[in-house]
Amino acid sequence: MIINHPLLGPRDAQEFVYLGDANLINRPDGMAADAADTFHDYLYLRDNPAGLHRELWYHEQGDRSWLVVTRNTLTHEITQVELARDVARAQGRSK
Amino acid sequence: MTQTHRIAGGQINRSRTLTFTFDGKSYQGHPGDTLASALLANNVRLMGRSFKYHRPRGPIAAGSEEPNALVELRSGARTEPNTRATTVELFDGLTAQSQNRWPSLRFDAMAINDRLSPFFAAGFYYKTFMWPAAFWEKIYEPIIRRAAGLGSLSRQDDPDTYDKGFLHCDLLIIGAGPAGLAAALTAARSGARVILADEDFRMGGRLNAETYALGDQSGADWAAQTVAELGSLPNVRLLCRTTILGAMDHGIYSAVERVSDHLAQPLPDKPRQILWRIYSRRAILATGAIERPIAFENNDRPGIMLAGAIRAYANRWAATPGQRIAIFTNNDDGLRTATDLAALGIDIVAVIDPRTGGQLLPGIRHLQGAEVIDTKGRLGLAAITVQSPKGVETLNITALGVSGGWNPNLALSSHHRGRPVWNDSIAAFTPGANGVPNLAFAGAANGHFSTHAALTTGAAAAREALTALGFTPTAPALPPAQDAPPVRTPFGYGGHGKGRAWIDLQNDVTVKDIKLSHQEGFRAVEHLKRYTTLGMATDQGKTSNVLGLAVMAELTGQTIPETGTTIYRPPTTPVAIAALAGRSTGPDFRPTRLTPSHQWATEQGAVFVEVGMWLRTQWLPRAGETTWRQSVDREVLQTRRSVGICDVTTLGKIDIQGTDAGAFLDRVYANTFSTLAVGKVRYGLMLREDGMVFDDGTTARMGPHEYVMTTTTANAVTVFRHLEYCRQCLWPDLDVQLISTTEAWAQYSVAGPNARKLLQKITDQDISNDAFPYMACGEITVCGGLRARLFRISFSGELAYEIAVPTRYGDAMIRELVAAGAEFDAVVYGTEALGVMRVEKGHVAGNELNGQSSALNMGLGKMVAAKKDAIGVPLSAREGMVAPNGYRLVGVRPVDPAHPLTAGSHFIATGAEPIAANDGGWLTSVVYSPHLGHAIALGYLRNGTERLGERLRAVNLLGGTETEIEIVSPHFIDPEGERLRA
Repeated sequence: MIINHPLLGPRDAQEFVYLGDANLINRPDGMAADAADTFHDYLYLRDNPAGLHRELWYHEQGDRSWLVVTRNTLTHEITQVELARDVARAQGRSK
Repeated sequence: MTQTHRIAGGQINRSRTLTFTFDGKSYQGHPGDTLASALLANNVRLMGRSFKYHRPRGPIAAGSEEPNALVELRSGARTEPNTRATTVELFDGLTAQSQNRWPSLRFDAMAINDRLSPFFAAGFYYKTFMWPAAFWEKIYEPIIRRAAGLGSLSRQDDPDTYDKGFLHCDLLIIGAGPAGLAAALTAARSGARVILADEDFRMGGRLNAETYALGDQSGADWAAQTVAELGSLPNVRLLCRTTILGAMDHGIYSAVERVSDHLAQPLPDKPRQILWRIYSRRAILATGAIERPIAFENNDRPGIMLAGAIRAYANRWAATPGQRIAIFTNNDDGLRTATDLAALGIDIVAVIDPRTGGQLLPGIRHLQGAEVIDTKGRLGLAAITVQSPKGVETLNITALGVSGGWNPNLALSSHHRGRPVWNDSIAAFTPGANGVPNLAFAGAANGHFSTHAALTTGAAAAREALTALGFTPTAPALPPAQDAPPVRTPFGYGGHGKGRAWIDLQNDVTVKDIKLSHQEGFRAVEHLKRYTTLGMATDQGKTSNVLGLAVMAELTGQTIPETGTTIYRPPTTPVAIAALAGRSTGPDFRPTRLTPSHQWATEQGAVFVEVGMWLRTQWLPRAGETTWRQSVDREVLQTRRSVGICDVTTLGKIDIQGTDAGAFLDRVYANTFSTLAVGKVRYGLMLREDGMVFDDGTTARMGPHEYVMTTTTANAVTVFRHLEYCRQCLWPDLDVQLISTTEAWAQYSVAGPNARKLLQKITDQDISNDAFPYMACGEITVCGGLRARLFRISFSGELAYEIAVPTRYGDAMIRELVAAGAEFDAVVYGTEALGVMRVEKGHVAGNELNGQSSALNMGLGKMVAAKKDAIGVPLSAREGMVAPNGYRLVGVRPVDPAHPLTAGSHFIATGAEPIAANDGGWLTSVVYSPHLGHAIALGYLRNGTERLGERLRAVNLLGGTETEIEIVSPHFIDPEGERLRA
């Protein structure tokens, strides 16, 4: 596969390490009263879509960017590649 | 007389003669020959024995689809089994042996299987060898493996090298027949970067095997001229002897180029083969078509071949499998073989044609409404029995050409699971939609069986691809080609009588086997394949799949598209494991990382151990020491008595800087770091989000916004990856920067009562206990100005430091430390002594950090700060994680000090049966403590902290040992830590 890195252009997928569902970005508040439940759902409940899937890839043999890659799990077509940092900020994560 | 069956013409170089041997007998051929064509020219038809029944077999094809003529090539370490004689390019001195026969090819004792064939019907191994179960591995399987099989391995190391390479192109064209050449010509003249790949050593495909003209040239001449023009263009790369193995994602194709397979051995500095990874923007599949046989009784004798293959051997290789030949064809293409051979002066005894009403071939005995119903000839075809409206007759012949129509060679089109679709107008499957993105099809691979259509569809596919890529396509003049409209070729099969009619020659699958599969309910194509083995092994059913499908369709009363088809996976043809491995073999399997003290340790005769990619010193034997324990005990005792030095460079080192560095560490460690004073070090415990311990190590605060983290050797890479994940994905606006400095610093532990005295000799600053107390850190200089980092931390439990210098001074530093330590009788110790001392001190390491253990399990529960949010903290409080009956780290000693302990032994209460229900935990780490004079261990014991002093048994069922043990504190030495602070 080829991942079109937002900063570096097309790179072979062999340079990357796969982590999983990009929903990992949405880490709940560990100090909240219901943290035990929200963390259980966050860590263990994953969708397994046949189709578009947003997932985290790490450019370990490259610039160390974490990317959010939108990949069709049926065809491996990659429709969008974003810096995970940008996605995290857009989803309201900061410090 | 040699080459009795060599005829006129062909594309072989008769000015040179090549000598080769087959089964020890010497023969001659010419450059341009394949092993099969040269053997046929020497009247050798028998080339192998079949897989199951050991039936005599000869080649049926002239390309990579060949199921029968598998031979062992070369000798010694270069022996290669299962090579297809039909694709092996002849070279001088080639040696080949037949396989799967004993004692000889002509007399094969295992041919008894043929007499016993009722026992070897489809699925026989599921039925016959069921009982007793123990017999399978020891008796049945070895016998079957010996009796049925392919070639054997030399069991020697491959002496040749294999490379991997990367290529990029705008357009990849797969196959250099008329369609591929027309596509390449169109694309090349437009300026696009083109790769044209073909598995053959001579490009041109069927153009080299046919007699008809392209314009005023022969097809072969036009192909040669076109290849020459393409080869002269800088934007074209021709890859002959190259098979495209697979269509991967995003336009990537894998290919193997047989660089040196046509030579006795590779030229100096040349690889045997290259595995190419080809990055393409577009690709065109122009792999032609494969002829299919007709099933009839005893249709597997040497001399019975595909009609198109006989034509190719005659036209291209000037070789014929016999002087008296008959043709059995259900389509017009088979008739062409008859006319071509007749023109070469070969006696065409008859053309047997099940069709009626068509045009009769002039000057040839053309039997219409006829079929071949049986054949004779023990080691090769001698006669056929023909049934025609005039009755049954026997014809004495030496070769029979069979044509049941042609199947597009579309394997690559379904590598992304695209299903072939049935095309009734040609009675064959063609590539389906939703196949491989950006892969187009041209020529016979797409069901266009005339040369004219191959040329025009090839050029059209190229134009379409070029336009999509933004090139302006050219329209090169293509020569007019003889154009025979495709004729629908229905299936037909015999084998309704007593005899066997073969469908899959490689796996000995007959019409009867398919009937049995149908009868027993294995009717779906995927079941049919697995029950009968139809289409498996080296040829992957290239000649047999569709025919087998047609038989099943008739049995079930369905159409072929209703019956379905199996799809294809990479590789398209067998590929040597060596090509996939490339140069990553033996010591080059993966990189080896050497520590800064490696050269010094080698000079000292150190014993090394692999730790991940690292080679670390395991121990350093001294003269007179005969066992490793003597060396390790000495290293431990000498360290605890005076001072020891150990290379700890392999531990991961990460510099963490920024105004939020402290806050960041608070979130990635279970304990707190923002409160750590500058110039101090703290032990840190890192959890996974599920609350299990991920890693541990020390982190030093070198400045207000500057920390240095250490990780375990094993997790150096994954911790760094995790920290980047936390930084970028979870808290993107924290001001914190990371860099791995594992390779930048050579780091040595100096431990023992005399550690300070030794180090003071080389440090430029005061490191007295007041100036540099326990858990201090700082940037210092050594040896009169060399910058260094000093940490007063201890893994061994002794007064200890770790000193880091830039890596390029690492070799000098070990020598300096050893020299400075001479007066204290300093010892350099390895990983074994390191392990002994950490167990004596009760520190956890890899065996305890097993990914299933929490901080509480390790006795470090208090380190998990309850009043902050950090990775792993929320889920550490789960009910199951804090259960009182959970595992706790304990120390273990044998009640009788003379008894050894075994790691992995389980805790079983005295008197209890050693079963899972009574399992109390296990011994994680076991060492012999020279300090205490007996074995000691760490272990995880349920509710262990409350059970100190209890006596249990350590039971090792695998080793058959059982030892009475006592549960003790995991801190075997200096439990108050006085030595650390000395």
